[in-house]
Amino acid sequence: MGQLFSKKNKDVFSTPLGMNNPITVQVLGICSALAVTAKLEPAIVMGLSVTVITAFSNVVISLLRKTIPNRIRIIVQLVVVAALVTIVSEILKAFAYDVSVQLSVYVGLIITNCILMGRLEAFAMQNGPWESFLDGIGNGLGYAKILVIVAFFRELLGSGSLLGFNLLNYDWLKEMGYINNGLMLMPPMALIIVACIIWYQRAHHNDLQEK
Amino acid sequence: MNTNSNSYTIIYASVMVIIVAFLLAFVSSSLRIKQTKNIELDTKKQILAALNIRGIKDVAVEYKKYVKSDMLMSEDGTLTENTGAFAINYEKEAKESKRFNVFVCDMDGQTKYVFPVYGTGLWGAIWGYVALNGDKDTVYGVYFSHASETPGLGAEIASDWFQKQFEGKKTVEDGQIALGVEKNGKVVKPEYQVDGVSGGTITSKGVDAMLKTCLGNYTSFLTNK
Repeated sequence: MGQLFSKKNKDVFSTPLGMNNPITVQVLGICSALAVTAKLEPAIVMGLSVTVITAFSNVVISLLRKTIPNRIRIIVQLVVVAALVTIVSEILKAFAYDVSVQLSVYVGLIITNCILMGRLEAFAMQNGPWESFLDGIGNGLGYAKILVIVAFFRELLGSGSLLGFNLLNYDWLKEMGYINNGLMLMPPMALIIVACIIWYQRAHHNDLQEK
Repeated sequence: MNTNSNSYTIIYASVMVIIVAFLLAFVSSSLRIKQTKNIELDTKKQILAALNIRGIKDVAVEYKKYVKSDMLMSEDGTLTENTGAFAINYEKEAKESKRFNVFVCDMDGQTKYVFPVYGTGLWGAIWGYVALNGDKDTVYGVYFSHASETPGLGAEIASDWFQKQFEGKKTVEDGQIALGVEKNGKVVKPEYQVDGVSGGTITSKGVDAMLKTCLGNYTSFLTNK
């Protein structure tokens, strides 16, 4: 067990959550971060879906890494990811239909999410299954974390609710002059919120700043 | 073993594709029944939404309570019971087999007819249901949804304020469908037309065309009093 949770493995898991976050530091997977964060619920499901898919595709590729012909390795990676994405999409359609309608094409687009290809190519091709699994979970959760933060602000300020529960839509608030900010529901605001998170993170960690 | 030889690469790719194909086929067929059921429930939810029954938990129970029969309209405008499966793709049904669905509902003793409508907006498909009163003319309620219209503009067709405008409007004028959407402020026949969405002109026109075309298919039924 000591081996499984060695210092190195803990780092593999935890750096993507903070100092090497796929969205805020590597700036990958931005497209879907803009698209699915208008509401909290799809953001959570999207984050979990990406986490599961990154973890398992990392494991599969890591197991196969010694057999994969070098010339078609990207194709092999894509096939594995595409198969997993299709399975997740089918499962969502069967067990969480409403959410799958909201996520619509974005579940399918996980295939083209740069985070996945990046982790497969950069990590799973060189490391064992267990490390790759941790790396996948870490990167997926790092992605999910940012999605949830962005969706929290967008749903709260844009729709006045969280997870569909009404928080700010009251007549007395309206009379005091507060109205929901419709701009929050538009994709550009996701970009601005992501930028604010990056700003905050860099301001607090000097080593992230370019010289 | 040389993993870079041509024959190894080709065999590797072929075996991988076959395994993945079997896996996906297995997943797809084992989840099919559940998925179809979900789509059916969602369709029923939308039909109920056109009858202004929204935000309900148990769709199947409510649907049974209000929707009395799933009918098909024949060319002379009479209705026959739909003995086939519950329709999901109305466009296909209408084009391929000339089947036009009508849902006959009973709201506290009053008959309502619900008609499916479908068309295109600005970016993709739009669809919905129109519920008419027993006189086959006055609108009882409508429901619209869309695949990918612009939030805040075209997507407003899915919002309550837009759909509420339709209540009480008339549908048929001189044997033609007059129910429709006009550009904001340009409504000339307020008993038939509603205001479009400002900034969502193409989507509004799409709704207008959708109502005219799809309800137009039912003219023989609507004028047969």
